[in-house]
Amino acid sequence: MTNNEKLTAAFAEALSIEPSVVVDSLAYHSIPEWDSVSHMILISQLEEVFDVSIDTDDVIDMSSVAKAKEILTKLHIVF
Amino acid sequence: MLQGKTALITGASKGIGKAIAEIFAANGADLVLWSRQKESLETVRQEIMARHAVQVHIAEVDVRNAESIKNARQEIAGKVQVDIIVNNAGVMLDAPLMMMKEAVLMGNFETNVYGSFLVTQALMKDLIRKRGGSIINISSIVGVQGSAGQSAYAASKSAIIGFTKSLAKELAPLNIRVNALAPGFIDTGLVATIPEAAKAKTLGNIGMKRMGTPEDVAKVALFLASDLSAYVTAQVIGVDGGMTI
Repeated sequence: MTNNEKLTAAFAEALSIEPSVVVDSLAYHSIPEWDSVSHMILISQLEEVFDVSIDTDDVIDMSSVAKAKEILTKLHIVF
Repeated sequence: MLQGKTALITGASKGIGKAIAEIFAANGADLVLWSRQKESLETVRQEIMARHAVQVHIAEVDVRNAESIKNARQEIAGKVQVDIIVNNAGVMLDAPLMMMKEAVLMGNFETNVYGSFLVTQALMKDLIRKRGGSIINISSIVGVQGSAGQSAYAASKSAIIGFTKSLAKELAPLNIRVNALAPGFIDTGLVATIPEAAKAKTLGNIGMKRMGTPEDVAKVALFLASDLSAYVTAQVIGVDGGMTI
């Protein structure tokens, strides 16, 4: 599985949405499924899948799929 | 009752924190114990491990300091994931408002309030990942009822109640329970500084006519940590021998 596929799967599972919905432009609160509760699940899911620790500032900053990639790239995950 | 669970307890080197560590270990929980008093904490660790077949990790942590918490978190990362957080570390700094220095106000809030926020924020992802767990905040009867000469301490303990109830609402959909204990007059180092006359007066206000013990509080913490309280969240439970009657 590539890191892109892992990211898509993590988003799909955490937000309970179809993988096809997970595109770079998908943003926090842009769909009902991505609310504050599922955001917490998403963060823990990403940490587990990529074995990283996401700082509070980045938890707040993770406002879209594109932003998630940017933050994970900072943590040495290559997309 | 806590077999297979791991509990983080702050302020675990003495008093209520130590009693909670003891009863949790007796019920099968592995422990992560934090305190500023590393030496006392090491003694607690040895005592517990001599009596119970559980893992006990300890670290010198100042809960007022996010960096200190982060470092301690890093130490156990990959080895331990907590199921239970007990925010017990606390100070009681008293003065009538007219005579209160800013350090008294800040001292109460930095440890009692900021400390609970910072520790919970640092560890809550473990509970979210597991879609379950229990967070127990140690408030005080003074946070519920107020107390002359203790406005800063009381306000900090009231803040813990607001924190508890709000966080309980945030985390209930994830099956994480958040409750507070409000101990009354408990025989710990915190009350050792109270003058005898004041102690006698306080005892007169306790229905059961005795001071509580740290173990009295620890038993209720065990209830809140375990599945016995699986449907209990956002509650403040008094452990005060009838002080609030």
